[in-house]
Amino acid sequence: MKRFIGFIKKEFYHIFRDRRSLFILFGMPIAQILLFGFAITNEINNVDIAILDHSKDATTKEIINKISASKYFSIKQIVTREADIASVFQKGHVKAVLNFEKDFSKNLIKEHKASVQIITDATDPNTANTISNYINAILLQYQKELNKDITITYQIVSETRMVYNPELKSVYMFVPGVMTIILMLVSAMMTSISITREKELGTMEILLVSPLKPFQVIVGKVFSYIFLSIINAVVIVMLSIFIFKMPVQGSLFLLALESILFIISALALGILISTISATQQTAMMISLMGLMLPVILLSGFIFPISSMPLPLQMISNIIPAKWFIIIIKGIMLKGVGLQFVWKETLILLGMTVLFIALSVKKYKIRLE
Amino acid sequence: MNHNKVIQVEGLTKMFGDFTAVNAITFDIEKGEIFGFLGANGAGKTTAMKMLIGISNPTSGKANVAGFNVFTNAEDIKKNIGYMSQKFALYDDLTVKENITFFGGIYGLSIKRIKEKSEILIQELGLEKVANTLVGSLPLGWKQKLSFSVSLIHDPKIVFLDEPTGGVDPITRRQFWEMIYKAANQGTTVFVTTHYMDEAEYCDRVSIMVNGKIEALDTPKKLKEKFKAANMNDVFLKLARG
Repeated sequence: MKRFIGFIKKEFYHIFRDRRSLFILFGMPIAQILLFGFAITNEINNVDIAILDHSKDATTKEIINKISASKYFSIKQIVTREADIASVFQKGHVKAVLNFEKDFSKNLIKEHKASVQIITDATDPNTANTISNYINAILLQYQKELNKDITITYQIVSETRMVYNPELKSVYMFVPGVMTIILMLVSAMMTSISITREKELGTMEILLVSPLKPFQVIVGKVFSYIFLSIINAVVIVMLSIFIFKMPVQGSLFLLALESILFIISALALGILISTISATQQTAMMISLMGLMLPVILLSGFIFPISSMPLPLQMISNIIPAKWFIIIIKGIMLKGVGLQFVWKETLILLGMTVLFIALSVKKYKIRLE
Repeated sequence: MNHNKVIQVEGLTKMFGDFTAVNAITFDIEKGEIFGFLGANGAGKTTAMKMLIGISNPTSGKANVAGFNVFTNAEDIKKNIGYMSQKFALYDDLTVKENITFFGGIYGLSIKRIKEKSEILIQELGLEKVANTLVGSLPLGWKQKLSFSVSLIHDPKIVFLDEPTGGVDPITRRQFWEMIYKAANQGTTVFVTTHYMDEAEYCDRVSIMVNGKIEALDTPKKLKEKFKAANMNDVFLKLARG
């Protein structure tokens, strides 16, 4: 036990005396959460649009007013000729152009039908989609107001309600993802680097010649990083609750337990990486390429798994982060208990046991 | 078993696939002896030593270190030996005191004992002024001496030194050997590998390894007589050239 405490103390000296690792440990999570929370967002605000109005009548004016009154859009430019649309987009500020047909009002009254063209800059398809949805919503709203007094039979009105995240705040989506990435990074990368560092410096040899058992060396490392990862998880959850007002609906205790399970699986992966890499650089590259990329791309954090091609969907199943994201999204946003995420938890547990078994098997007691 | 023999090796062999790194070496080392383990790079010195300190599994043969079998009691051996590797292997980002405390701790010394030891050690090495300085900022010679002292912190029966004086200046080497003599006088057996043939002269007995085999083993004086050489360097050259 005394040996163990001495070992942990040494690990903390290493961590706190190395600015680089301190930055990765504590600067990174905070920076990432703030970046994802504030800068990277799927919501739209004050998008510049342009208007090409061929009829210039009361109705189009009213619609234009409604659009410019919303906080989502500001009308930047009035275009007079269709030929100018391309050049408007090329300048880059304007993301959408509304093109009202000739005699809009007249058509609406006479034929009960008038058309407006929404042209969006789809160089960024997600934004283009969102913009066109928002404009459509405003148009629909206006149409409803017009039809208020007229009873039309057989009308299907769909009303969409977004549950669990009614304001569609993207930070709600990013927090679980960023938490997953950070825990993976800190746990797996830092452990693998710290073990390979001892190998590189030759101190691992000294430790193995000492009465300290190999598993004690590993447990000492793991313990230090579990501790730091838990602090990280707490910091992330606090930031999201207090800065982004993100509600945590479910039990914090369950969230903590699931996080610890995920941390352990990542640590086991880190040890596994350290057994196959001889230098810190290799360990870092393997961690980044082998863990970070799949976590970002295939875990469902940014790109929905259900819209991936089948082979990728299958691959995503072997990524622990995918299951962890499902679990913490459930706990944080939906407020579900263990009875709804036990399957995912079991899968994560199975993977953790497998990784531990593999890394214990691969970890060489004797340096050959 | 002879209690004066702290290391007994018989036919110890290590194979890596088809390659025989250490080929059936046999020797005994007595308590308090300074045993020089010589050989060119790649002759198998380090591999042989790793088997004796329990971090490499021998392919065949017999070996007893500090009274324990390397095959079955490697863990007991570890408690009774000290080891200083070729690479400088203290922690650069820990201070002199923290290094001593850490290594004392992993060898299971009590806190009181560690405190005593570290005071004696720092005083002997004249490191009082830098006791709380990070080891990384010390000159190499000081680091090596500290490293040697740390390897003796738990008063081991045998200390294994793997090219301890690589890259240090002649004065520090001299001081280093004085430390080795002192340890040997106090009854610690010293097993040292080296490249420097003048250092071989300081050893009680030396063995010279060529291509995995021990080709010569005796006191420096007798070896020089046998090979009709003026110094150990000539002995070594005659052997290595075959």
